[in-house]
Parts: sequence; structure tokens; C-alpha cells
Amino acid sequence: MDTTLALVLVLAPFAGFLINVFFGKTLGKSVSGTIGTLSVAVSFVVSLMLFMQVNATKTPIQIALFDWIQVGNFKVDFGFLLDQLSLLWLLFVTGIGSLIHLYSISYMHDDEKMHTFFAYLNLFVFFMITLVVGSNLLIMFIGWEGVGLCSYLLIGFWYKNQEYNDAAKKAFIMNRIGDLGLLIGIFILGAAFSTVDFATLKTALETSNSVNPNWIVLAALALFIGACGKSAQIPLYTWLPDAMAGPTPVSALIHAATMVTAGIFMVTRMNFLFSLTPEVQTIIAVIGAATALVAATIALVQNDIKKVLAYSTVSQLGLMFLALGCGAYQVAVFHVITHAFFKACLFLGSGSVIHALHGEQDMRRMGGLKKVMPITYITMLISSLAISGIFPLAGFWSKDEILMTAFHHNIALWVIGSIASIMTAFYMFRLMFLTFWKDFRGTEEQKHHLHESPKLITIPLIILAILAAIGGAINLPGNAWLNHYLAPLFSVAHQEHVLGTTEYMLMGIALAGGIIGIAIAYMKYAKQGQLPEEDAQITGFSKVLYDKYYVDEVYEFLFVKPINALSRFFRDYIETAVSGFVFGLGKATMVLGAQGRKVQNGNIGLYLFFFVLGVIAIISYLFLAQ
Amino acid sequence: MDVIYLLVLLLVGALATYLSGDKLASKVALLFSLGAFGYSLYLLNLLEAGVNLDYTAAWITKPNIAFALKTDGLAMAMLLLTTALTPMIVFSGFGNDYKNARSIYALILFMSFAMAGTFLAADGLLYYIFWELALIPIYFIALLWGNGDAEERKKAVLKFFIYTLGGSLFMLTGFVYLYLQAGSFLLTDLYQLRLSCAQQFWIFMAFFLAYAIKIPIIPFHTWQAKVYQKAPTVGTMLLSGIMLKMGLYSVLRWQLPIAPLAAKGHQYVLIGLSVAGVIYGSIVALRQKDLKKLLAYSSLAHVGLIAAGAYTLTLDGLRGAVLQMIAHGFTVVGLFFVAEIIFRRYETRLIAEMGGIRQQTPKFTSMFLLLVLASVALPSTFNFVGEFTVLYSLFQVNLGFAILGGLTIILGAYYMLKMFQHAMLGEVNAKPFADVTFNEGLLLVLIVAVLFFFGLYSKPITDLISPSIENILIHINR
Repeated sequence: MDTTLALVLVLAPFAGFLINVFFGKTLGKSVSGTIGTLSVAVSFVVSLMLFMQVNATKTPIQIALFDWIQVGNFKVDFGFLLDQLSLLWLLFVTGIGSLIHLYSISYMHDDEKMHTFFAYLNLFVFFMITLVVGSNLLIMFIGWEGVGLCSYLLIGFWYKNQEYNDAAKKAFIMNRIGDLGLLIGIFILGAAFSTVDFATLKTALETSNSVNPNWIVLAALALFIGACGKSAQIPLYTWLPDAMAGPTPVSALIHAATMVTAGIFMVTRMNFLFSLTPEVQTIIAVIGAATALVAATIALVQNDIKKVLAYSTVSQLGLMFLALGCGAYQVAVFHVITHAFFKACLFLGSGSVIHALHGEQDMRRMGGLKKVMPITYITMLISSLAISGIFPLAGFWSKDEILMTAFHHNIALWVIGSIASIMTAFYMFRLMFLTFWKDFRGTEEQKHHLHESPKLITIPLIILAILAAIGGAINLPGNAWLNHYLAPLFSVAHQEHVLGTTEYMLMGIALAGGIIGIAIAYMKYAKQGQLPEEDAQITGFSKVLYDKYYVDEVYEFLFVKPINALSRFFRDYIETAVSGFVFGLGKATMVLGAQGRKVQNGNIGLYLFFFVLGVIAIISYLFLAQ
Repeated sequence: MDVIYLLVLLLVGALATYLSGDKLASKVALLFSLGAFGYSLYLLNLLEAGVNLDYTAAWITKPNIAFALKTDGLAMAMLLLTTALTPMIVFSGFGNDYKNARSIYALILFMSFAMAGTFLAADGLLYYIFWELALIPIYFIALLWGNGDAEERKKAVLKFFIYTLGGSLFMLTGFVYLYLQAGSFLLTDLYQLRLSCAQQFWIFMAFFLAYAIKIPIIPFHTWQAKVYQKAPTVGTMLLSGIMLKMGLYSVLRWQLPIAPLAAKGHQYVLIGLSVAGVIYGSIVALRQKDLKKLLAYSSLAHVGLIAAGAYTLTLDGLRGAVLQMIAHGFTVVGLFFVAEIIFRRYETRLIAEMGGIRQQTPKFTSMFLLLVLASVALPSTFNFVGEFTVLYSLFQVNLGFAILGGLTIILGAYYMLKMFQHAMLGEVNAKPFADVTFNEGLLLVLIVAVLFFFGLYSKPITDLISPSIENILIHINR
């Protein structure tokens, strides 16, 4: 029964993919979209059933299907593990996934390749489910690379534009840098413990002490490099902002709510490893905090509405890693979930705006939309308040937990996290004011066509906004359902913060920070009605921020250019040289042969001369040898 | 005895193809090659049922040369690779109109015969004869049906011929020396030899020259790109899909078990050279303008990894090498076929002259993309199983090798996706691109199906090859 359910769970989106690939065009847009959405909804329902079962029995479901890969000291099952963690992830992946599919039916309706879009989206959900339910690191890796593939396909969905294709390629390659790290981590663990299965690894790591601890540190570090690639952390984050080239539902689903959280999922899944390596945890916390801050500063000055959200995502992911680095896995997971709600809502809302403006993404050409698009405005406002950490919305609770954890861990981390949070409130409300307040700054043509989006778009927005508002309820201080639910996963019991004076003070500071950020944005953009400068007028440090610290340019200079130069050098010089050497050998033989041929010239005298010479040589050798 | 019929079938097939005339040649060749494939499946059945398929008959008494064939799981896997790819290669030619068609198809079957013989031979001299025999048909195929400037082609093909022949002569010398030691060329007798370290070193080097050129391992690869580019696509497929596996297979079958001490003593050099080929090939592939040349360098990178796996001398390394040989065989045949399909429509192999094809032919694009993904070893493709196993074996030798070899997953993605982007994506190409024909589509689907089926379920192949590889390892570690 469980096996059947699990197979339905995994294969329903795959079936949707196949139907859309083979019959999508004939079925027509609406049917294709409906099938795509339903197939994910089926997975959601099954996840819900399995979730209730596991939540009641408290026993994870393990399913092994067949042998997949066999190496010397271990073999890898094609198996699934449905435990508290994977089911939680499944719920929001398939739940939010269904909503975004629904949204896409309307959003993508004018695209000639809508069925292809749904095929890719379904394939993505299939791989994401595989990633989450895999019972070992290698099955997880199938999903891991599979979602990377779908990300590639969807970023480059409008493939006629080579810039989009470049962005897609960049995402895939940067992810692969991380994937190499992940693979190395898998090798180390496989070689050391003769298994890559999560459950057995856990026991092995907890009981065995014969393994050199350096290897364990290295394994954790390698896995974290993998997480950096997928979850866009320093230094592998630059692909995510470029990934905004994809259609907006893709940004919402893949590049905000689900795929980019895979790194956090993996670290949480492997918590028993990371908890053994405080060094690596420190690195994770530092990288997370740094990413949170750097990305937030860049988001301050971006004018493309999706770019702001993209850097915001990078920054929020950084906060999650900060929590992971502090060993507070539950807290990170909590923020993953609330973030999925409000960030998906924000992206879909921005999509609604872009849709209304026929593709305009520059906030300098927006403004005044709250009257014409009230639902989009209200839902995005709720989500913005949530991400800014305003009481009592979902983001307040989860972000507060992170900052509190950081505070108890290291005050510097708390300061950085808090600064990033204030910035978050500022840039989000900069976005809101520029987009929805004041007067419309676009063309007359656009102004005529302004409209609120259809129901298929607004309904997902409303649902997500409600979740963004009340989602914090799953883990309120004092009544932390999520902490208890996840507790069996962790060997070290989570220390719940006792609400004392310090805690209330921290909450107050976080809340005040959010309000300050909003207030500054209000002063600047709502009250004074400032507008960001045109590109050419941006100067000073703003320009450095606007150009994203020139990190892309630095990477281009350090890696891309040299490797291409090397390639040309190899192609034009080394290849010719080596080839010339071989030809040289051939030529030398020929020259030698030509010289030799001169000896064979039919001159008897010369032959005789050499004959005598030879005889003398032999005779003298025989004599001398005796 | 049964195995001989397979060789006979291929030889007769070559003859029948030649006699059938230009019109029927392709179909007759397909029929015989399919028959050979069917027959190998029957042999596989026998082998799995436990029937001993080895065959030895006296042939020449002075010097002592036997007609000995060995069909263990490893040889069977290579045999299946050969007989499965041969009909595919023949079939890929259906869309072309070769002049003197009967000769080229006959040569393909003859080459298949020689390669099958190489994989089966268990007597050094017999093996050597098959090894060299395989060179003759490919020489003519590349020379007579190749493309581009005739003079330049002649130069490239001749270079290839002399280069490989030259390398093989060292191997022959090695065999003569071994014969003097063992009094026989039989594989089993050679396995029994207990050579000193120095002796093993020279034998190893003599074999290495032959194999390093054939595989090729850098810096012995310079014949490759030009020949791949100049040869007709069927020739390139034969070369890259099957023939270079002769070199890799021989490493496992002959070189390592006969001279294990040399392999162990110079393991780091051997693996280092192979891994260097992985990186070098990948980097050179980045900046290739000609699609076939790009694939040639990509092939150089992939076989480098296979060779590295073999030289780890571990169970995982050898097994991964064999898995990867098979995966690579199908992938590379598929990719060269893609190049051919584009050439049939655009008459160019220059990537810059392609682009904007996707819109016109989504089905072909999907197949192409799946092959690209297989080539970059996406998990769930057969290539991943092989690559993972090989990289894992490298890790067991040294972490550094695993990281350097693992660069292939980054660099491979880079050059393949870049190529795909510029060949297929972008603004719609003004030149119309006719959709793939049924025959073309069928072949691509078959190849992709093989790669994904074994990617999810590689157990049959692993089970088939494991016992023979364990056996080889016993000889290596004696």
C-alpha cells in the first residue's frame, strides 16, 4: 500500500510530463495546463495522506525498489524514505507547486509553447519529489541534478534570446561546480562507511569512531559546497539573479520556493554529519551571514522588480544557512516554509504586475498600480510585511527565531543578520512604493490596458498571502508544533528559547528594525516621491551596488576568460606542436631512409668494404671476448 | 564452437553485401548485422546458462599459434556492444547515397568482424592479426568516402594508419618476446608467466604504445580529431563507438594481467596522464568550430577517464571503465549521427553556420538534448553509472585524482551546452530544416532508450561483467 502510494506520489507529475510532451499540442492549451496542474495536485493529496499517517504513527516509511548502482564496498538501492522531513518538504513543494501550476494556466496562456512549459514544470516537480524522498544520497543526487536540468530548461524557455540561454547555461554550470563537491562528499562517506543510505549513515556516524575525523570534516565541507551551488550562496550565487530570465512562475516555484531550498534540505537531512563538525558549521554560519548581507545590499538599488526579489531570495537563503550553521535545523526549516509562502506570493504578484504591463519589469516605469490592481497590491503588501518581519505575520516568527539563535551563538552574526533584516524591510517597501504608489509612469498605451489579473492568477495570490500571514502558527514560541514534529530527526535535542527579558528585547529590536526599514522607504519614495536615477546617472557606491560589486566581471576575468584563452592556446599551438612532432618523427625516418638508400647503390666495392669491416669486427670481438 | 559462427556470419555478411550490388547492399548489410546481433543475444543466453563458450583449436604448430577464442562476460559485453552498434551504424547510412555502396557496407561488416575477433581472441598472435585487420577497412572507408579536400584527407588518414600501425609493431615485438618466454601465445599461458619487474616494464611499455595511440591517451592523440572530421560519419562511428574500445579492452585483457607490476609501479603516472587527457580534451573542445572535431575532443576527454579507471587496478575502476565504454559507445554514435543529420540538411559542420534549429524541429532537438545530457552524465543516464563508478575508484586511489577527473562534469557541461546553444537555439534560422525522417528518428530513439534504460537499471550488465573482472583482478594481484 505504502509502495503504491509512494509510486503515485513520484510518478504522477512524471505522467503529466509525458502526456504534455507527447499529446500537449493536440490537447490544446487549457487541457494541457489542467493536466499539468492536476498531476501535481494528485501528488499533493498523496503527500497529505502519507503525512497524516506518519504524523500519527511516528514511524518513517522506507521503500526499496531495486538495486541501482553497485560499487566495490556498497550498493545503492533505488529507494524512498518518507519521514517527517521529506513529508514536510513534499507538502509545500506539491502544495505551492499546485498553486503555481494553476497560476501558470492563465499566465502562460498566450505563449505558443504552453504545453512545453507545463511539461518542464511537471518534470521539475517529479525531480524535486525524487530529491526529497530519496532514501540515500545518490537517489537524492538524481533529483538534485534533475531539478538543475529543469531549471536550465525553464530559464532558457524563451530560447530565441541567446542572453536567456547564456543565463540558463550559467546556472547549470555553476550548479555543477557545487555538484562536484557533493559527489566528492558522497565518495568520502561511501568509502568510509560503506553506505550512502541516510538511515545507515546516521547509525554508522554515531557509533563508529574508527574513521579519521579529518575525512568527516572534509565530507561535510564537500557537501556544503554542493549546497552552496544549489542554494546560491557565496561564492556560487551569481547564477540565481540571472535565472530571472525564465518566466515568472518559474522564478516563484524553482528559484524562490523549492529548488533553491534543496541545499538547506540536504544539510538538514545530513544534520548528524554536520553536528559532528563544528568547524564546518562555523563556515556555514559565516557564509550564510555574509551572503545575507551582501545580497541585501545589492537589492537596495536594483530597479528590475524581479532582480530585487532574486537578491532578496539569495539574502533570505543566507539567513537560513546562518541558522543551519548555528545547528538550529528546525529554525532553518521553519524559515524555508514561511519564506516559500511569502516569496512565492511576491514573485507571483510581480508576475501579475509584469503581465498587466505587457512585460515591463523596470520599477521606474511603474507606479500607481494599487488602484487598478487591488488584489495584487494587498497580497503583495501582506507578503512584504511578512518578509520584513512585522508582527504577527509568518516572517516575524521565523526570522525572529533565526536572529535569536544567532544572538545566542555569536553576537556578530546577530548584528549582521539584523542589518540584513532592516535592509530587507527597506528594499521591499521601496519595491512596493515604487510599484503601487504615486502616479503611473509608463506609456499611455500601457496605461490604457492596465487591469487586475484574472482569477486564476489572483486566487493563488490570495491563498499564499493568507499563508504568509498565518503560517507562523506552526511554530509559535511556547507552542512549537514544528519543533516537536521534527524532533525525531535530530540527535541533539533542540533548545527552545525560554521567553525571558532578553528574548522579548530581541523581538522588539527585530520588529523595530523592520519598522525603521519601512519608514525610511516611506520617507524616500512615498512621502518625498523620489525616483531611482536612470542607469547613466548612477554614481559612487550606488553604482558598485547597482553593478553587483562587479562579481560577474571578476569571475569572467578570473575563470571564463583564462580558460577560453587556454583553450585557444591548446588548439592553435599545442595541438600543432604535438602533431608536428609526430610528423617530425615520420620525416626523420624518411631522411634516415634516404641516407640509407644511398648506401644501397650497387657499388660492389663499397659492399665489399663493409663486408670486410664486418668480418674484422666479428673476429676481433671473438678474440677479445676470450 | 558456437562463437565461431558469429565471426563466420559477419564475414559471410561482408561478402554477401559486396556481391549483392549497390542497390541492395545497405539492406543486406543491415540484415546480416542484425542477424549477428540476434546471434550474440543467443550466445549471451548460453553464457548465462553456464555453457562454456571458450574455443581452442590448433592452427599453426611452428611457431605455436592457436585459434583460441575466449568468451567470458567481459568479452561478451564487448561483443554485444559491437554487434549492437554495427546495425545501428549501417542503418545510419540509409539516409546517404554512397557511391560504390556495396563496398562501403561490406567494409563496415568486415570491420565489425575484425573487431569482434579482437575482443574474442585468446591467443596473442591471433589477437594481433584481428587487431591489425580492423585497420584496413577503416583506412579505406575514411580515405575513399571521406569528406573535405582529398589531399588533406589522404594526409590525415595515412598519418593515422602509419601511426597506429607503428604503435602496434611495438606490441608485436612484445608478443614475440612473451612467446620466447612462454613457448606459446595463449592468453592462459601468458597469464601464468612470472616475469621480473624489468621484463614487465618493457612489455608494458610495448603494449602501452599500441594502446595509447588507439585509445588515444595524450599526447598520442593527434591523429584523432582530423580523422574523425574527415572520415564519413559511419567511419567516425566505427572508430569512436567501437574501435577505440579495442585499446581500452586490451588494457584490461592483455596489458594489466600480463604486466601488473609495471602498472602498479607507475600507477600515478598512468592515471595522471589519463586524467590530464580528460582536462586537456575538455578544454580544447571548448573552442572548436567544427561539430565533429568538438565531439572528437569530447571523446578524448571521456576515454581519458575510462583509461584512468582501468589504471586504478581496483574492481570499481575496471568495472566502471567497462560500463563507461559501453555508455560512451552508444552516446558517441548518437552524437555523430546528430552531426550527420544536421549535415544532410545544412551541408555544414561548422557550429557558427547552424543555430535557430530548435523551433523548426522540436523532436530532433529533444533527442539531441537527451544525448547531450547523457554525454554530460546526468544521473539516470547510463553514462552517470559509469562515470560515478570510475570517479569513485579514482577517489580510492587519491582524492586529487577524483577532483581533477571530476572536473569533467563541469567542463563537459560547459562545452556541450555551449555547443548545443549555438547549434540549436537562438533566433529561428532562415534556412529551413526538414524534420527528421522516420529512419533517423528511430535510430535516435533506440540509442536514447538504451542509455536511459541502463541508466536506471544497469544490474544486468554489472552482473555480466563482474565475474570476469574479478578474475582479471586475481591475475593482477597474484
